[in-house]
Amino acid sequence: MALLRRLARQELPLVSFTLNGEACLGRAGDTVLTAILTQSDRLRLSDFSGGPRAGFCQMGACQDCWVLTTDGERIRACTTALEPGMNLRTVTEPRS
Amino acid sequence: MRPLIVGAGPAGILAAQTLVNSGIRPVVIDEAPSGGGQIYRQRLVPDERSAKDLYGSEANKATALHRTFAGIRDRIDYHPETLVWNLRDKVADAVTGHRTRRIPFSHLILATGATDRVLPFPGWTLPGVFTLGGSQIALKSQGCAIGEEVVFLGSGPLLYLVAWQYVKAGAKVAAVLDTSPLSAKLHLLRGLFAQPSVVLRGFRYVTELMARGVAVRFGVQPILIDGTARVEGVVWRERGEEHRLTCDAVGYGFSLRSETQLADLAGCRFVFDTRDRAWRPERDGAGRTSMPGVYIAGDGAGIAGADAAELAGERAGLALIEDAGLLVDRARIGVLERKLARIQKFRDVLESAFPFPETWANSIADDVTLCRCEEIAIGDVRAAVRDQGVFELNRLKALTRVGMGRCQGRMCGSAAMEVLAAACGQSPDAAGRLRAQPPIKPIPMGVMAQEETA
Repeated sequence: MALLRRLARQELPLVSFTLNGEACLGRAGDTVLTAILTQSDRLRLSDFSGGPRAGFCQMGACQDCWVLTTDGERIRACTTALEPGMNLRTVTEPRS
Repeated sequence: MRPLIVGAGPAGILAAQTLVNSGIRPVVIDEAPSGGGQIYRQRLVPDERSAKDLYGSEANKATALHRTFAGIRDRIDYHPETLVWNLRDKVADAVTGHRTRRIPFSHLILATGATDRVLPFPGWTLPGVFTLGGSQIALKSQGCAIGEEVVFLGSGPLLYLVAWQYVKAGAKVAAVLDTSPLSAKLHLLRGLFAQPSVVLRGFRYVTELMARGVAVRFGVQPILIDGTARVEGVVWRERGEEHRLTCDAVGYGFSLRSETQLADLAGCRFVFDTRDRAWRPERDGAGRTSMPGVYIAGDGAGIAGADAAELAGERAGLALIEDAGLLVDRARIGVLERKLARIQKFRDVLESAFPFPETWANSIADDVTLCRCEEIAIGDVRAAVRDQGVFELNRLKALTRVGMGRCQGRMCGSAAMEVLAAACGQSPDAAGRLRAQPPIKPIPMGVMAQEETA
């Protein structure tokens, strides 16, 4: 299910967050993108065709990795550091 | 005097150091949380890996650059995690988190770097497909491979570097698929005289990849990245035969493209670089643009790599100092300009060794997504040419929304230019240049404006 595979940084302190309501663990120094894509294989559905997306450039240029917080804020996953207690939401079901 | 430097990669840091050495205190604004740029990007928190693990043969350069930046920290006004989203006359609009400020400046040095140049293929929007630069960031900054079995595809020196870094870090690399022919690599023999260490390092990467059983293929024509929910494989043509390889991730790119939005907003004149098939700000050998007081250095001024970026950053800093009427070291300027000229010559060799896939624009199918933000297809460009007589990129953007999405053409712009020009039977420069619009990247709507007094 995970897209990314951790090769290093596996001894760093755990950071807890929620993803679509489920408790998850990342590592200190993770970006939101890393934290999500080490558990899941997508970040969002595209705006028009609803195709799955999971980021692309990882340097804040392509704007393809937006996710939501549960209070409705939109954040760019690749340039946002994971913080303890973050409540993240990925829009992965097609909107009716 | 209050110069503003945008970007804290090799060019920006060296420019800042040069100003500091002349007693000038610049403002340095960078989007990243710490200095180094993309090439020498630092981790968010330290981990068990050494500089050598992260930066390989460039570890000493990376460490030296980070040390330089740390050494001038108290003599610059540094704003990390900050985006310059607009420039007007001698004022930059900069947003940090949810706060935007107006930062007045006397001079401007743009060191905005580059991103991967990508070309669309069927399947390029699938989860598991990342740019080469993105694949490298995942590894260096995050300690992650982009998948269990990774294929690297495209052209340019970064293709082999990233593949080698992955293998070294313990990732499984299924193949390196180079779109340029093996015969093009003969050009590197010319480069042996100019930059022997760089060329030999490249050969070492390839031989080590092969020794570890990584398939390295040349003259590859990508057909598609296979999969529905995520990457399942790559299909390509090679010497007339079709091949398929199972993998769960693809890192790809075709050299780099400059980030030039701020130079555009600063009013700089642009020229078309035929070798790099891209528009770049016009500049003299010192980095002076067509706008007085505006300088440009590093990959944002035309792709030349990290070593050149350091030299160009210092050179631009010296130009600013000289233009301000202060004394500069003429001998040092001579050294910098000679070294830069040597690297520029070597870039010609690299472009010949990793040529752009010129057949792409005419052979890519109509139904392939061109613009991943707005989901506009290649065929929509051709239809706009055929039915509406479009021949220029900004008109194409108005009619089809290509380049109008969140990335503002960063991902699709090069490809749109190629497809548009090919459909019109013109050379790429005839398609014109996508104009930059503020904010140059999306910013939160809730930002609170705040004036900063200088």
